[in-house]
Amino acid sequence: MGSVSEFFQHLMNGLTLGGIYALIALGYTMVYGILKFINFAHGDILMVGAYIGLFVFDGLRGDAPLGVWTFTAFLIAMLVSMAGCGVLGMVIERVAYKPLRKATRLAPLLSAIGVSFILSNSAAWMFGTQSRKLAYPFHNDSIVVGGVVITPHQILILAVSFIMMIVLKLFIDNTRMGKAMRATSLDQDTARLMGIDVNQVISLTFAIGSALAAVGGMLIALDFKVYPTMGTMTGLKAFVAAVVGGIGNITGAMVGGILLGILETFGVAIFGIPQGLKDTIAFGILIIILLVKPEGLLGKAEKEKV
Amino acid sequence: MKELLTIDDISVSYGNIQALKHVSMHVNEGDIVCLIGANGAGKSTLLKAIVGQEPLVSGTITYDGELICHAKHLDPTAGGKRRKSHSPTFTTDLIARKGIALVPEGRRVFADMTVEENLDMGAFMVRDDALIAKKKEEMYDFFPILGARRRQKTRSLSGGEQQMMAIARALMSSPKLLLLDEPGLGLAPLVIQDIFQKIAIINQEDKVTVFLVEQNARMALKASNEGYVMENGRIVLADSSAALLDNEQVRAAYLGE
Repeated sequence: MGSVSEFFQHLMNGLTLGGIYALIALGYTMVYGILKFINFAHGDILMVGAYIGLFVFDGLRGDAPLGVWTFTAFLIAMLVSMAGCGVLGMVIERVAYKPLRKATRLAPLLSAIGVSFILSNSAAWMFGTQSRKLAYPFHNDSIVVGGVVITPHQILILAVSFIMMIVLKLFIDNTRMGKAMRATSLDQDTARLMGIDVNQVISLTFAIGSALAAVGGMLIALDFKVYPTMGTMTGLKAFVAAVVGGIGNITGAMVGGILLGILETFGVAIFGIPQGLKDTIAFGILIIILLVKPEGLLGKAEKEKV
Repeated sequence: MKELLTIDDISVSYGNIQALKHVSMHVNEGDIVCLIGANGAGKSTLLKAIVGQEPLVSGTITYDGELICHAKHLDPTAGGKRRKSHSPTFTTDLIARKGIALVPEGRRVFADMTVEENLDMGAFMVRDDALIAKKKEEMYDFFPILGARRRQKTRSLSGGEQQMMAIARALMSSPKLLLLDEPGLGLAPLVIQDIFQKIAIINQEDKVTVFLVEQNARMALKASNEGYVMENGRIVLADSSAALLDNEQVRAAYLGE
């Protein structure tokens, strides 16, 4: 056995999975950073994103053979899905969370769980509970690089997720609105004193987080099925990734997501954890992190404010 | 002289505790006005009310001829109960856009952001990049220590440096009225002196009207033209700062003489 190439094989698989987790984890962490609230409907946004993408892609593709057009159609479908979910995220915030901003912390959390049920049940009602498959946007014949088997889907997933993360990081670090988002997450009252419209920043945060979830949903749809509750487990794991990385910390969500993807893959492939127990890996890691470093890998231990 | 800020009969409550009781005062354009008083007298509450962070139970606040805050009246549908609704006519960000900058109590710097990023946030309302760059250079000239530390995270700055940064951040939007909440709190006497000198320059050279709240009564009265004394949420004395420095009551209660 070429154990080195085997290692890289699993690393590649782990990175692909981790890139998707990271994209979704970003939505949890950005919203938490500003509102100190876990948006439990976030996983269902990725499901909506996958459905939008699937329908738009099918409509655009028609009977065209795999080629430049089908790939372009996939990218267009992704953009439409991002826009759709971005708007959906903003609307959900306005309708379900904003009126509860001054309520107890439990209230928006319950509202989020309600939104989650509404989204998944609406999808089941409108599209049926049977799972669908996104048609391939291009040939997915695997290629072998130095003993490592790579599928074109994996390359696309890696490229898209990493480009999205880099663009987000540049936006947050360098643009006027990106800095305003950071300022708002650090100190909302003082951000207002600077003339920052905090409501606008919150809307933008939901729009960006949801658009990233839409991308995550479409990337999942490349290799897995699309069905109304597809966001539940993935969303939960991405949430774990955000906590592991340090919730509220953008880089932490990226690190946590990628780490979780790699550990899940390695757990099954190298440490021999049965496939059926794969999902327990994420939660096992969560328990360990909460015991050892509750603020997460990159999170800062928060002093209780007096 | 033109009244830039007029506070007329305002009251603010925290639950059953009345923090401000029918306070009236004004700030003339071009002046440095100070408000002195003991800890808990309601000084910070007054500044928060001006920027729309505390709802008014009664009264109005007028800035530059425009009503910026007023009280919502008793709600008859709530059985005559006083509803603590958020009453400012404008929200804090809109008041800031009108040219009022508050340097809040405890400085409230964005600790995880660099000095330069903090200044960028102060200029959030300015949409002209060239002007922002020019303003930043002015601030680095005016507070050289900030220029030296522009790429450092603000949390690594000393208290005095953070206070200067908070003032510089407030000046980035070229405000007409600068509100300062205890700029000397917790700082060494020499640093306080330095900061008060800067405030005088900001007032004289940049023509910024200043309203400052201080526990350090001597420092504040020496630095200002007009002064108010607050006790238990009420204004008990109002006079020129020079007269207040000579006032026996003030000398006994606030200057320790």
